[in-house]
Amino acid sequence: MTSSRPPNPRRNDGCTLDLDWLGGLRVNRNASDRRAASLAARRSVKKEHQAAWLIQAVRCMDLTTLGGDDTPGRVDRLCRKALRPLRADIAEALGVSGVQVGAVCVYHEMIAPALRSLGGCDLPIAAVSTGFPAGLSSFETRLREVELSVAAGAREIDIVITRQHVLTGDWQTLYDEVRAYRQACGEAHVKAILATGDLVTLENVARASWACMMAGADFIKTSTGKEAVNATLPVALTMLRAIREYAEQTGYQVGFKPAGGVSSAKAALQYLILMKEELGIEWMRPQLFRIGASSLLTDIERQLEHFVTGQYSAAHRHAMP
Amino acid sequence: MPSINEIRATMDYGPSPENASEARAWLDRHQRRFGLFIDNQWSEPAALFVSRNPADNEPLAELTQASAADVDRAVAAARRAQPGWAALGGHGRARALYALARLIQKHARLFAVLETLDNGKPIRETRDIDIPLAARHFYHHAGWAQLLSAEFADHRAVGVVGQIVPWNFPLLMLSWKIAPALACGNTVVFKPAEFTSLSALLFAELCQQAELPAGVVNIVTGDGEVGEAIVAHPDIDKLAFTGSTEVGRLIRRVTAGSGKKLSLELGGKSPFIVFEDADLDAAVEGLVDSIWFNQGQVCCAGSRLLVQESVEARFLAKVRARMAKLIVGSPLDKSTDIGALVDPIQRQRIASLVQTARDEGCTVWQPSGALPEQGCFYPPTLITDASTSATVARTEIFGPVLVAMSFRTPVEAVQLANNTVYGLASCVWTESISMALDIAPQIKAGVVWINTANQFDASCGFGGYRESGFGREGGREGLLEYLTPRAEDARPPAPVAVAAAPRVPDAPPAAGIDRTAKHYIGGRQTRPDGGYSRPVHGVDGRLLGEVADGNRKDIRDAVEAAHKQSGWAGASGHNRAQVLYFIAENLAARRAEFAARIAAMTGSADAEREVDVSIERLFTYAAWADKYDGAVHQPPMHGITAALNEPIGVIGMVCPNESPLLGLISLAAPALALGNRVIAVPSCVHPLSATDFYQVLDTSDLPGGAFNIVTGDADELARVMAGHADIDAVWRHDGSAAGCAEVERLSADTLKRTWVSGGRGRDWFDEEQSAGRAFLAHASQVKNIWIPYGV
Repeated sequence: MTSSRPPNPRRNDGCTLDLDWLGGLRVNRNASDRRAASLAARRSVKKEHQAAWLIQAVRCMDLTTLGGDDTPGRVDRLCRKALRPLRADIAEALGVSGVQVGAVCVYHEMIAPALRSLGGCDLPIAAVSTGFPAGLSSFETRLREVELSVAAGAREIDIVITRQHVLTGDWQTLYDEVRAYRQACGEAHVKAILATGDLVTLENVARASWACMMAGADFIKTSTGKEAVNATLPVALTMLRAIREYAEQTGYQVGFKPAGGVSSAKAALQYLILMKEELGIEWMRPQLFRIGASSLLTDIERQLEHFVTGQYSAAHRHAMP
Repeated sequence: MPSINEIRATMDYGPSPENASEARAWLDRHQRRFGLFIDNQWSEPAALFVSRNPADNEPLAELTQASAADVDRAVAAARRAQPGWAALGGHGRARALYALARLIQKHARLFAVLETLDNGKPIRETRDIDIPLAARHFYHHAGWAQLLSAEFADHRAVGVVGQIVPWNFPLLMLSWKIAPALACGNTVVFKPAEFTSLSALLFAELCQQAELPAGVVNIVTGDGEVGEAIVAHPDIDKLAFTGSTEVGRLIRRVTAGSGKKLSLELGGKSPFIVFEDADLDAAVEGLVDSIWFNQGQVCCAGSRLLVQESVEARFLAKVRARMAKLIVGSPLDKSTDIGALVDPIQRQRIASLVQTARDEGCTVWQPSGALPEQGCFYPPTLITDASTSATVARTEIFGPVLVAMSFRTPVEAVQLANNTVYGLASCVWTESISMALDIAPQIKAGVVWINTANQFDASCGFGGYRESGFGREGGREGLLEYLTPRAEDARPPAPVAVAAAPRVPDAPPAAGIDRTAKHYIGGRQTRPDGGYSRPVHGVDGRLLGEVADGNRKDIRDAVEAAHKQSGWAGASGHNRAQVLYFIAENLAARRAEFAARIAAMTGSADAEREVDVSIERLFTYAAWADKYDGAVHQPPMHGITAALNEPIGVIGMVCPNESPLLGLISLAAPALALGNRVIAVPSCVHPLSATDFYQVLDTSDLPGGAFNIVTGDADELARVMAGHADIDAVWRHDGSAAGCAEVERLSADTLKRTWVSGGRGRDWFDEEQSAGRAFLAHASQVKNIWIPYGV
């Protein structure tokens, strides 16, 4: 299967901010809702195909802990689960080996403990940054936070955008901000969290997506998980359409990360279906798709065990992350 | 079986077949042979024909080809059942319809699978769209049955209804037909399409389970001959047909003069308009729902894409990319977007039209995906470089074939949208509500979907303008198709005889100065094209004067004048009311003169009252002009549907011979009140009160061309009007049975609306018979504009 795998996407260098383009973006809410609602009914993935898709969902998972009560011990458990997300007998029955999640996602202070837990394993650590989740600490502090996290060994930085720039229509400042983060990241990848629940309208979501991509974001991500409304399919649809059109215009493939509230295998499949329908199978791999989640993994394991044994499973049969 | 790792490389959906064993078991329980359902009995299967699954050609069952005698039995059973069914009352019928709704819901999956097997459409559509909408239709009309006596107190059931539906939405079309008919107290003889009868037969079983009285629903299967027998049956009071425009025309011709009430829901070539400020990605999905829904075998499919030039290339690129993602395959697979066409004959027709497009220089594009090796499949197809003159831009293809054209301005978009003989549906995509609501009323179509496509609901009327047919299904307007105003029953069997008195050749003319009335066309008195005039004699036999003898060219001129006066339709209701009041005022000022004229022509003792009632009638419609409002529906979506009562357009009318002034005004005033332009042929025996009326009109601020009067021979002028393609409706109310039949027959060519008296008369003084909502309904057509919204 490695032979058919497409090469890693070229990194998004961004482009000049095009305010006219942003102004011309139109998103129809009702039609978006309709498309999002009908998509799950239009496509069905069953049996071994479902098992394969769920494994892909595991590979695309940013296994996440973002609690104020995180400790090195908690992070250690998470990292070990990230390296071996599936029970050995299930993986064997499915004929897959070496499956790991896409990354572990933690706060800055947990980067070092995570690195220790992961040892020499090649699993990226993503750090939320820039005053996560509100992003309203001083710009200088936020920028410095990025630098420190990169220096600490994070290979991906999940930055939060300043929502007021969207809500006040100050696209230039938003663009400059994300561009600065991108520069501060160096080789580390930038995942720009739009906090779509705060942006409310799909047109805001579309414009913020474009501003971040033009500024050089490697991924655009829906939510911090802390807003009142997290990832939804219509929001995802809006972001994916922006990603598609951006790729058509610039040649850069930007990744997508729904986060918050994606806790069932069924939901994960719906996002994968959305990726396939709106973007294509190139985008159904960890280089371009991540799901920010924690409890999702257990539900996927249960479904995979069900596929293997034909019996419904229980959460306590799988190692908790 | 691919391994998990192989699947991870391709990320295919894999097969996801719906289990069809229950549906097959149901067929097996019937030994895969079905008789007819008449009078609550199943006939012995006879004269069998095979119904096949178009996806794999598998024979599903053998069905009975009904004979003319079978149709007779079905009609007789329906006739016997009808009085009892009507007498059951609204609540009793509501219970029955509610039971049917529940039963459809209870057997929803069986219906969905059976329909997919029989028709070839994807299981997703039958499961998520057809069957839920069918159940909804019965629920909604259970409600109408309950409310009927309160909401339609002055109406009764029409009687026995013959209903014929096509194969594209078998159960849904059944529900659209049967639910409102039963709600109103009619009984039905229903014929499903021969390709797709199975869900109707399952429905017949539900009628038994719901303990519907015998004869209320009768289902006869078979080919077009069965349909012909229903159409020609003398004891059927109303026909409702959904199908091709060609067959609709035939039905109109065959039923001409029969007095049968008729509703036709026919073909379309519906425009799908995309403005530059639309959410283009959303519009692409709308297009998928529009033209690639049910393999494009949808009368209201958005088959003509009109996209603004500024976004044309971008939009078409998106359309092609989306087409490449459509999955053509087994209809039973839950991931299938495009299933099988209903029959090889349909595929041949589509392929041949697409070939015509190639031959005519259009560009044909189809995505490269493979089609199933057997079965009746056709790929989604995009045709570009097609001008308005391309065959595929004008002909209904009834397949998954989209024809794309561009426009420059909103004005041009409307012109292109209306450049068709059809007028069923349309889509308008723009994020500007101002633009959308300005464009929607300008499109000649019964349904406008704004930023959505192919939405249906029982509460919203559906039906066409122009050659897409007439009558509505769903909503209040849909019920009227199955009701008769009780006032109709009071109409006299024949008009008052107005045979002109024997002429007295030697008597001196009644008036001193010769006055030969001309026509009234475009607000001016115009000489007849033929240069001839007709003498008009009074009741005493003396010559009263002469009027122009109109011919086809006078009608032609009147039609042109009427079309030039499009401003009348755009005028506000208030403005039209003012004009009608002014006409009444000016008529009142000349009351004595008009009364004397009527008396001299007709000898009527009621002449003064005729003028008074005429004035009153003008007041009535002046009153209505700003009150005949539409409705706002709230179907199950986030949004509203605005039902507008739009004028028909240009109406030609042959007025009664008796009550020459009142008859003319009773017909013309409601039409004018709603913004129609009128070409009236007044009483040919007593035309002078109409020609005198010119001066009233001249002084009443009526814009020229809104009301045209052409005198002459009723038969000849009616014939010209019925055949004129630019007249939208013809009314004939002179009690000439043969003349009315001819109007109906000739109207079939362009499927214009007709409203005729037949041989019966009408008491023009009687307000119940001769004024009110029934007249306004004939003068208008309902357009449903779907307006979803959301932030």
